[in-house]
Amino acid sequence: MATETLIWLLPLPPVLAFFLIVLFTNKNKAFSHTIGVGAAALSWLGSMVVFFRALGVEHLGEHPFASSIPWLPTGETWLRIGVLIDPLGAAVLFFVAWTIFMIFLYSVGYHNFGQPEGDHDRPGLQPHGATVTDEHGHKHVVPSVEPMYSRFFAFLGLFAFGMYTLVVSDNLLTLFVGWEIMGLCSYLLIGFWYGKESARNAAVKAFMTTRVGDVFMLLGIAFLYSATGTLTFREIFTEEVLHALATTATPILGLSAAGLIALLLFIGTVGKSAQWPLHVWLPDAMEGPTPVSAMIHAATMVSAGVYAVIRMFPLLTADFDGHTLTTTMSVVAFIGAFTALFAATIAVAQNDIKRVLAYSTISQLGYMIAALGIGAYVAAAFHLITHAFFKALLFLGSGSVIHGMEHGVLHTGNHHVDPQDMFNMGGLRKKMPITFWTFLIGGFALSGFPLITAGFWSKDEILADAFGHGHWAVFVTLAVAAFLTAFYTMRQITLTFLGEPRTKEAEHAQETPWTMTAPLVVLAFFAVTYGWVGIPEHFPLLGGILPNWFHGFVGSTLTEEPEALPFNFIPLMTSLVVALGGLLLGWLAYRNVKTPAEDKLQIPLLKNKWYFDEAYDFLFIKPAYWFAETFVYKWMDKGVIDGILHAFGHATAFLGTWIRAYIDKAIINELMGDGSARLTQWFGGRLQPIQTGRIQQYMLASLGVLIVVGGLMFSLLVK
Amino acid sequence: MIPLSWYLILSAALFSIGLFGVLARRNAIAILLGVELMLNAVNINLVSFWRYGDVTQMAGQVFAIIVFAVAAAEVAVGLALIISVYRTRKTVVADELDLMKW
Repeated sequence: MATETLIWLLPLPPVLAFFLIVLFTNKNKAFSHTIGVGAAALSWLGSMVVFFRALGVEHLGEHPFASSIPWLPTGETWLRIGVLIDPLGAAVLFFVAWTIFMIFLYSVGYHNFGQPEGDHDRPGLQPHGATVTDEHGHKHVVPSVEPMYSRFFAFLGLFAFGMYTLVVSDNLLTLFVGWEIMGLCSYLLIGFWYGKESARNAAVKAFMTTRVGDVFMLLGIAFLYSATGTLTFREIFTEEVLHALATTATPILGLSAAGLIALLLFIGTVGKSAQWPLHVWLPDAMEGPTPVSAMIHAATMVSAGVYAVIRMFPLLTADFDGHTLTTTMSVVAFIGAFTALFAATIAVAQNDIKRVLAYSTISQLGYMIAALGIGAYVAAAFHLITHAFFKALLFLGSGSVIHGMEHGVLHTGNHHVDPQDMFNMGGLRKKMPITFWTFLIGGFALSGFPLITAGFWSKDEILADAFGHGHWAVFVTLAVAAFLTAFYTMRQITLTFLGEPRTKEAEHAQETPWTMTAPLVVLAFFAVTYGWVGIPEHFPLLGGILPNWFHGFVGSTLTEEPEALPFNFIPLMTSLVVALGGLLLGWLAYRNVKTPAEDKLQIPLLKNKWYFDEAYDFLFIKPAYWFAETFVYKWMDKGVIDGILHAFGHATAFLGTWIRAYIDKAIINELMGDGSARLTQWFGGRLQPIQTGRIQQYMLASLGVLIVVGGLMFSLLVK
Repeated sequence: MIPLSWYLILSAALFSIGLFGVLARRNAIAILLGVELMLNAVNINLVSFWRYGDVTQMAGQVFAIIVFAVAAAEVAVGLALIISVYRTRKTVVADELDLMKW
């Protein structure tokens, strides 16, 4: 099959799976997951074929796989949609295909396929476990299968469709379509257990918060289309178009058109990738099932935001002279660096295993955004991919831990123990060895454990870029954030896996089935090895053993390939020190901590996420409620609009009553209707006496009439 | 030859007697008899006009025969009705048969 045709077909299997499951196989769990996982596998297979064919093409950057069709006529021109796989697209497709496939597989085990139906499980709530009796007559409580198992795979399929569409599309419009499909699925999946109020609220929050960004993004797309007349990447990223955009001034903040469009599109990313100040939805989104957290909040959807900025990088840097950052780039760099540090400080004080990872994700995305802000294109793309692998691994690992803890909870029957609270864990390395080792690899990759893990190479590249181009503020902020990252990661590992079990539930935790551990192993493999494809050439000892394939491959996407930086010891030493120092300090500080009270870092400010939720509640939500309830509902709707309507109603009712009383009743009913009837009755009454019923009288009358008529006719006609 | 007018006078007289019987008699059978008289007065008229007009034209005789047939049928139906009425109401007085009165 031609590669272009194959690329067109990539998003198709998951969406077909969605419709098949929703329409036909909803009742049958085994069918549904076969279709779902099968579709993910098909797309995965297609993506791998596309990826390896892309590797085989020389100068893929100049001659990417692209094909498009005219889609929407707009006056004289056509809006074309199509597919594009250039080096960046191929690299992104690679991790998207792997993580999506792994998550599909993992979901089978996570939702307890093959387990009995729960005793009192209901759709919309987490499974509570089922009681089974073994051959000796003993009763056991075992995990029960998710009641809405098929529905989960349907949503996951639709989600995968959105992500594939976004990655293969060659223009902003279909990218935006995929973007919004994921937004919808994010809502559906965060609120998957809709029986819980917190899940419902989290779903609404995620949807509303990202919507803020999306509106700006749509504005940016509209501006771009009106300015250039095209939305296709390859047509926008030409010298002439970019130059024209860079030299057009706009009235806002003295930005050029290119700068303003890039800023608007970036706001969309701020929402989607949960950057400060729109980061608040991501931690709450942990209400969803864990595969969803892994899928949306680590591997795909939040990455899509960063991917969009990487895609629009030529536009972002259109008026960049190579030394001083433009206003837009400064904003991007500031938000990225600030978010990286800010989220890391919160992660330090969280006790929920998934929330730590959620804030860690925000922080890592901040890294990529900061890298893009300072023009480090390849480093950002590199960190995007390595992060997707190790963060998917960590999330799936945490899901596995929670699953194991739930086993313990079901065993002891004490449902007051929160299976997600790290202070209830401890010592899980012996109970769940595969989860422990893979989680350790993921955690070390996140911390940037030197030399062997992928996270080290990508993070080091960002730091080196920041240092090399003299962006000191960004460099220092990111270095501190990296230190905190290593610290909270080690805190998490120590509290969860090391030491002795702190609760009975942790003692009875169990390793999860192969459908859950196999994806962990696969992702752990990539979390280590993916770093090796991007080792800088001038790195001491290791540089040059493996070619820096990533830099050359992804860098060729741009018309001007970014140059590899000369090697410098300062950023390398910095990343070594912060990673190892953070890990060591984390271990030292938490190896003997038993309860949250002993934890020195449970500062209220950090624990409560810098009070952002409260501040937003006060600044936006309360006023919005006031505006909706008091102003719009009570005053505008009830007072003004209902007032006008009621006035109309009253006037019409009065008019109606008047017409009824004086026209309908008086004239039509009484005079005409009843009147004619009464007249007829009166005549009938008067004529009644001659109706004697005696035939001879009638005949006599007839005779009389005959004589009169005959006489008249005779006298008139005959004479 | 007896003039036509005599027949016509006889016929008119007979018709008037019949009409008076229909109008004045109270017995339903007598009324029916009056009707028969009137039919036969008409027959006299028809036959006499035939005899004094073009004898080859048979219309007058034919009409008279039709009137016989009608009269016979009428008597049969009328008498049947009267018998039926008598059986249910025990009277044949026309004035008392006033069910149709309001």
